[in-house]
Amino acid sequence: MTETLTPPNSPMISMTQVNKWFGTFHVLRDINLRVTEGEKIVICGPSGSGKSTLIRCINQLEHHQEGDIEIEGKPISPDATDMEVIRRDVGMVFQQFNLFPHMSVLENCTLAPQWVRGIGQAEAEKRARHFLERVRIPDQADKFPGQLSGGQQQRVAIARALCMQPRIMLFDEPTSALDPEMIKEVLDVMVELANDGMTMICVTHEMGFAREVADRIIFMDEGQIVEENTPTEFFENPANERTRLFLSQIFQH
Amino acid sequence: MSEWQAIPERVAPANTIGAVGWLRSNLFGSWRDAALTLIALYLIYNLLEVAIGWGFINATFSGSDRAACLKETQGACWAFIDAKFGQFIYGRYLEAERWRVDLVMAALVLGLVPLLIPRAPFKRVNVLLMILVFPPFAFFLLVGGWFGLAEVPTADWGGLLVTLVVAITGIALSLPLGILLALGRRSDMPIVQSLCVGFIEIFRGVPLITVLFMASVMLPLFLPDGVNFDKLLRCLIGVTLFSAAYMAEVVRGGLQAIARGQYEAAAALGLGFWKTTALITMPQALKIVIPGIVNTFIGLFKDTTLVLIIGLFDLLGIIQFNFTDATWATPETHITGYVFAAAMFWVFCFAMSRYSIFMENRLATGHETRNAK
Amino acid sequence: MDQWRSAICTPRSLSVFGEMVKRRALIQILLLASFLLAIGWLVSNVVANLQAQNISSGFGFLNERAGFGVAQSLIEYNEDSTYGRVLVVGLLNTLAVSIAGIILASLLGFVLGVARLSQNWIIAKLAAAYIEVFRNIPLLLQIFFLYFGVLRNLPSPRQSFALGEVVFLNNRGIVLPALVSGAGAVAYLIVALVAVAAAWILRKRALRIFRDTGQHVKFWTPLFGIITLSLLVAYSAVGLPFAWDIPVLKGFNYRGGVQMIPEFAALLLALSLYTAAFIAEIVRAGIASVSHGQSEAASALGLPAPISLRYVIIPQALRVIIPPLTSQYLNLTKNSSLAVAIAYPDIVSVFAGTSLSQVGQAVEIIFTTMMIYLALSLLTAYLMNRYNNHTALVGRNV
Repeated sequence: MTETLTPPNSPMISMTQVNKWFGTFHVLRDINLRVTEGEKIVICGPSGSGKSTLIRCINQLEHHQEGDIEIEGKPISPDATDMEVIRRDVGMVFQQFNLFPHMSVLENCTLAPQWVRGIGQAEAEKRARHFLERVRIPDQADKFPGQLSGGQQQRVAIARALCMQPRIMLFDEPTSALDPEMIKEVLDVMVELANDGMTMICVTHEMGFAREVADRIIFMDEGQIVEENTPTEFFENPANERTRLFLSQIFQH
Repeated sequence: MSEWQAIPERVAPANTIGAVGWLRSNLFGSWRDAALTLIALYLIYNLLEVAIGWGFINATFSGSDRAACLKETQGACWAFIDAKFGQFIYGRYLEAERWRVDLVMAALVLGLVPLLIPRAPFKRVNVLLMILVFPPFAFFLLVGGWFGLAEVPTADWGGLLVTLVVAITGIALSLPLGILLALGRRSDMPIVQSLCVGFIEIFRGVPLITVLFMASVMLPLFLPDGVNFDKLLRCLIGVTLFSAAYMAEVVRGGLQAIARGQYEAAAALGLGFWKTTALITMPQALKIVIPGIVNTFIGLFKDTTLVLIIGLFDLLGIIQFNFTDATWATPETHITGYVFAAAMFWVFCFAMSRYSIFMENRLATGHETRNAK
Repeated sequence: MDQWRSAICTPRSLSVFGEMVKRRALIQILLLASFLLAIGWLVSNVVANLQAQNISSGFGFLNERAGFGVAQSLIEYNEDSTYGRVLVVGLLNTLAVSIAGIILASLLGFVLGVARLSQNWIIAKLAAAYIEVFRNIPLLLQIFFLYFGVLRNLPSPRQSFALGEVVFLNNRGIVLPALVSGAGAVAYLIVALVAVAAAWILRKRALRIFRDTGQHVKFWTPLFGIITLSLLVAYSAVGLPFAWDIPVLKGFNYRGGVQMIPEFAALLLALSLYTAAFIAEIVRAGIASVSHGQSEAASALGLPAPISLRYVIIPQALRVIIPPLTSQYLNLTKNSSLAVAIAYPDIVSVFAGTSLSQVGQAVEIIFTTMMIYLALSLLTAYLMNRYNNHTALVGRNV
């Protein structure tokens, strides 16, 4: 084994002993995770294992109750008022796209750069068209989300996040709500993004994508990280019985 | 590579669960929240203090005239309600004959309650009884003049009796009329459609009070000389036409919610328009709009108070009328009467709105799979 | 193949088709004929009845002297005015109480609707209790309660409740101080115009700069500067040509100030309290209809809460809120006709009430009243449809 699992000294994201409860339900248990710049992490696991909650804690859409989360060395806490500052640098793509249905594709992409980054309209539109081209839908800029297919909508959502020029991208099951023939067009965009060196954390069940792109795969169950491994080791020689069972269920078909 | 060890479930931090957690997240989440909570508590305390002081502690519960309700710090004069209760329920309906009203109301409750409970059996028989037997039974018993029963003119009816007669007759007659209007509005025959649209939009566009004025002042002019209607009947006609327009829109909403496939399937089976409507679409549509019908009924029930403007004595009208009784003229009589009327109406309307929500939830779960796209 | 074609094209199936067309035409003709016959029968009855009762017809009465007083009028009116003027006075009073009611009910309704969704449990429950109490009690009862139970139970003018010795509450209504202006007040009118113009220009400028460069330029500071400066200029030129006309008790009633008759106050308050309960439910449903994912997506982009509300949540909620809100506004306007029960001089009260009982021309008067309400409704519905078409969400199937 030549790959190393020990991250360098200054991680992009670091989670230390993070715990979270929904009411009395212990949903995240002693989570420890370091992600360095340019790393691609894939998180998988059965539903209800806390994968989504974990990445939603990174941009504090969910607040954790115990432990520390640092982004680029800046600690974040549930009470932090400058949450908006951190979210500018952390892009997120949702399972249900969550595009703004009353705005055109272009307006979806320019709203936040204009209001949050403080750039002019011309500049914001230039940037939006650039990223729409990157996700291969430059000709849909003036349509409304309701006029696009699911795959196109999800690519707009990726472009919208990229327009903020984030340092980290979070993907929360980006292909789960898509018809099979549309999954590939979204994954292609994500692979390209990974090859450009973006720091990415993806919750996904697309194991082909994980094998191709991930630096590390994290397997979660019952709110804890069960296994953290390189793709090769993860698929070929999982360290844990629980992981083996999960993989056998996924690859049954 | 470390071997995995299951981490046992731990109890959440004490300040996020239980009573403390609930208080923190629901009442004292921030300084602003805490301030709002305290203001709200202060408001509630004051309201309760006034309400309990007026309604119970300083109230008079019994007495035979105004003298009982003229204390220094007088609260509600419930003695007034007690003394007039019979009138508030029956109006001036002859006291010896009031058992007839009681009998009709008991029959109504007996017939209606099993209909409203979705799981009660014998729905079909029950509906037929309520449609075919109950109306003539109620009519002959209430009006009298048959089989040795004394005739009680409608001018003597009043109170809750009139409120219920107007509301129930109004809704019962407006439903079939509304169904016809809804079908007419959806018809592709231009003349049928425009007549129905005209009727619906006119009655929905004007206030009920103008319709009641029309019924009480203009209706006699519309009829040949010598033909005259009872005042209550004229009012019923007005109320029925008015609520039929609203009912039509409710039913139309239900018909629109029915999937196109249902019409196509019926047509494929060779059913004609009336059979399709009666057997396939209308039963489904009516089921969907039960909450809408109940809401229309609540509106109508509240609107029955308007009949006092054209001189009928419904519950509110008879209470208002009794304020003129000098034996009970006290500073608190008005407020007491209004609070009593408000409580009566509120109980009826609130119960019906809860029922409507119950049916809505029931239908929502029952139709989920069918309405899924 | 040929069999199929012949089955469709035989004269026999054509005749079936033709029969259906004929039957449909027949149904419609019969319906129209019976409708017209019924109308004709009613009209002939009306004519006969009117002749028998010796009541004239037509709208000539509108030019006759009405001869009765009206408690509140927004235009010049006295007993010598015509019935036509009575109609206008009543209509204006209807519109006055309706517009004031719509404003009050909207304010209260929006606050209650937002409170209903509050994270604060007790605030949410308090708002829910308000809604359940007020919408389940007949409006007429609420009007009576406020008018006969509260306002008419107030002490006489001599024992008025006084708020700071300038506002007085008594059984003749509410008396408020009035602002009277003298010569030179026009200078302050110019100040107001300058302020509005400055606000407009500054806002356009701020938006333009924001759009071009993304920079937020100050809006309030220069606006306040301009307003202060123009106020100083106006003051040095004409001084303060204003005075408060404080109501004073003279004899049995107050003189001066602005008097709000108790009928207006009771009707306005009851209409607002009642309709606010319905508006609150509409607002709650509208906000709840915007999926949680929308606000999450906005905050994941780093949008501050006010921007997310203004550009993401509110525009979507409004689409759901506006149509039922309009119908509540129409309901409020129609419900203002309950004025007749407490004799507030609205159109039903003075025209379909007093005028009708004097003139006796029920057909013309009630018809006119209904048509006015109908016109208001149809006009609003028309504007509503235009708005809906304008803001409809564009979808895949459109």
